[in-house]
Amino acid sequence: MTLQIHEKLNIREILQDLEKYEPRRRGWHWREGRNETRIVGDFEYHESSEGLKNYIPLPGSRGMGYIDPQPDCIITTEIASGRFEDDIRRMRMAAWHGADHIMVIRTAGQSHIDSLLEGTTQGIGGIAVTRKQVRASRKALDLIEDEVGRPINFHSYISGVAGPDIAVMFAEEGINGAHQDPQYNVLYRNVNMVRSFVDACEAKKIMAWADMLQIDGAHNANATAMKAWKVRPELMVQHAINCIFSKKVGIKPENIALSTVPPTAPPAPCMRLDLPYAVALRDIFTEYKMRAQQNTKYMESDMREATVSHTLNLVISRLTSADIQSTITPDEGRNVPWHYNNIAAISTAKQALTGMDGLREMVKLDREGPLGVEVRELKERAILFMEEILETGGYFKAVQEGFFIDSGYYPERNGDGIPRQIEGGIGYGWVFERDPQYFAPVSVHFGYNNLPEGFLRASEAIGGDTFEDRSKIQYIDELDEFDNVNTRLKDVEKYENPKLMKPEVEWKADGIVCTTIFLPCDERTAEFAAMKCGEKMGLEDVTVVHKQCIHPSEGTVVEIKGKVKFDINVDELVIPEKVQVLSDQEIRAAISERPLFVVAATVGQDEHSVGLKEILDIKHGGIEKFGIKYLYLGTSYPIEKLVDAAIETNADAILASTIITHDDIHVKNMRKLHDLCVEKGIREKVMLCCGGTQVTNEIAVEAGMDAGFGRGTHGNDVASFLVKYRSERESAS
Amino acid sequence: MKRTDDFQNRRQHLAGLTDEQLKERFWQLAEQIVNPLLDLGYKNTTPAIERSVLLRMGFSSLEVKPIVEGVIKKGLMKYGSGNVVWRLSKKLNISVRDAGIALAEGKYWDEVTNLFI
Repeated sequence: MTLQIHEKLNIREILQDLEKYEPRRRGWHWREGRNETRIVGDFEYHESSEGLKNYIPLPGSRGMGYIDPQPDCIITTEIASGRFEDDIRRMRMAAWHGADHIMVIRTAGQSHIDSLLEGTTQGIGGIAVTRKQVRASRKALDLIEDEVGRPINFHSYISGVAGPDIAVMFAEEGINGAHQDPQYNVLYRNVNMVRSFVDACEAKKIMAWADMLQIDGAHNANATAMKAWKVRPELMVQHAINCIFSKKVGIKPENIALSTVPPTAPPAPCMRLDLPYAVALRDIFTEYKMRAQQNTKYMESDMREATVSHTLNLVISRLTSADIQSTITPDEGRNVPWHYNNIAAISTAKQALTGMDGLREMVKLDREGPLGVEVRELKERAILFMEEILETGGYFKAVQEGFFIDSGYYPERNGDGIPRQIEGGIGYGWVFERDPQYFAPVSVHFGYNNLPEGFLRASEAIGGDTFEDRSKIQYIDELDEFDNVNTRLKDVEKYENPKLMKPEVEWKADGIVCTTIFLPCDERTAEFAAMKCGEKMGLEDVTVVHKQCIHPSEGTVVEIKGKVKFDINVDELVIPEKVQVLSDQEIRAAISERPLFVVAATVGQDEHSVGLKEILDIKHGGIEKFGIKYLYLGTSYPIEKLVDAAIETNADAILASTIITHDDIHVKNMRKLHDLCVEKGIREKVMLCCGGTQVTNEIAVEAGMDAGFGRGTHGNDVASFLVKYRSERESAS
Repeated sequence: MKRTDDFQNRRQHLAGLTDEQLKERFWQLAEQIVNPLLDLGYKNTTPAIERSVLLRMGFSSLEVKPIVEGVIKKGLMKYGSGNVVWRLSKKLNISVRDAGIALAEGKYWDEVTNLFI
């Protein structure tokens, strides 16, 4: 099975024979070709990796040959719709934009379930992580990585009271990375601390065998703490505990990553607080990898604000280092991420990291000033924290006494940490001391294991375990008759017809659309007025996802979401036929036979010149390259003078650019150009073309032009039109 | 506990350390903190660990749960659930898979108490 670019991913094919599917590889994959100088298009890159076979470049690449250089670090996206069949479509979109680490969030509450879950039940804020869903997603990702030409790391969570169970399933199913940090269980899930650390030993040992990359859970302290910048010393301690613990269990340090977040965001002077912390971490944790996460703590519903904060986080990544750059979708402060916001987050990372390629060769961190002082202080505060843990009687006692997530800047303490009881929490009392006869007949196991006589390896006793013989894995398909993928697919069955569709943001045919509305009133009135607008527009279940006061009385901008009730049938759409463009050779031949001369200008009070110059200039593949001669008259050029110039030079065509659209000025300009040419008696003789970002052929023709050119137009489109139209007009007369 | 920031007093013994010595001290302390935790992992087991062992022995998640619960009820966790299944299969001369399924179905629990002397 291979994916066809112009065909949708077929979930039914993914589900077919899933019980027999075997993941093609184990282990984490870093990007290829890092630390090499690379030429892509017109540029040299110093912090990049091998390019993709299929990709969607940044919009700005239009003027640079649509290049899509890939940064050196892995880019992560988190997907959490609760339905794996929709998630895998989003994974495909994400891979095309440059993500190669797909993190699947678990459904709420799974960490308290003392067992593996099975089947394909729908989750909340993530999927129920089950063998079937993991296998189906991995199978889809195997196809997607072939399509983009780069291995994709699949990642989820090994935490909660079924950590070792999940670790086994992940190892068997080719999961490449996972969060595993017993401190997360203890502090945020109230899992008994003894149980959590004992379980973690086995889970980590299994991860080491599977060559999985491990990410810790320290970033949660940042999200939980009242004043996130104050927990920086503690964050270093949490990272240290999980790193050294994991290493001693047997995970190789290059597979152990710190989940590090720049703790704060504007309006705090965040760079001055976050940079020393980032530097201190990289000084101390030299053996380990940095998974740079983006800040969520100070995210509200404003996607613009989130994107700026995240870009500042990316500056920290480039000024220090990042092995994995994680992304947070800009809508996370509103709702469970939507398809295109995953892409927005990935693009923010790709854009900023590529833009800052090689920055450190020109900008150096000055450790002589306040940075050095701050870095040193953070390290010392972290050391003092650990000294006090030991003085108190060790980690468990320290947790019990509320050392962690205290809002004080250690050694300051505010007495508001999260205390957990050694003899308490979920799973308390379920720890059993191993007898000298204890035996676990498996190939990978942590701790005491008494091999019976006659065996060299523990799993020999059972003729090999599932890690050695996959055929022993027991695959369970579905357990719930109603809550499963088949029922859900049936509900949206009619949309399997590619001609029928509905807008969507999260699930197939969810019907959700989002609209931006500005209302000239105060915030509270605007909120309700916006919802009324949504209802009047025919939307159902209208809710406000974002509002921002622009002025207490003058106005508020509101974004609403709602559901549309209709379907779109592609066959009923009126789509104008795409204009067939002549080949470069055909255009050149026609011009060489009969030359063509045009006059060009940006008209009205409009200083934009880039677009028109690209259409004209040989350097940008403009009409000049086909031999068309032109006279460029500049910007803010009066229409009257443009027509006069055409008359004086005996031009064959006028090319006018009109970018500004305020009060429909672009349409008025076009009409005026047409009318003047009629008035001066040259309309029959000259071809009139107008271009601009908001111009379409339909608008232009309606306004009296012979053709209009919008976004994405190149010189060959215009040249082709001129050649074809000239000959059409001549044959008509 | 509440305490004001006494960093300047507390740091006195660290003030003279070089950055390299500071880093060394950092990791020594981290190691001292985790050593007893690793020791706990070495000496103990849990229902989740035992389920993970049984999963790898070729049982499904639905089968491993009743086996581990039965082993706990019989007070045999200290020997390991996989060990119980393996020894039962030897005793009854049946496959490991058959022994485990039987236990999951509630059979042979009277036999298992005598497996360890």
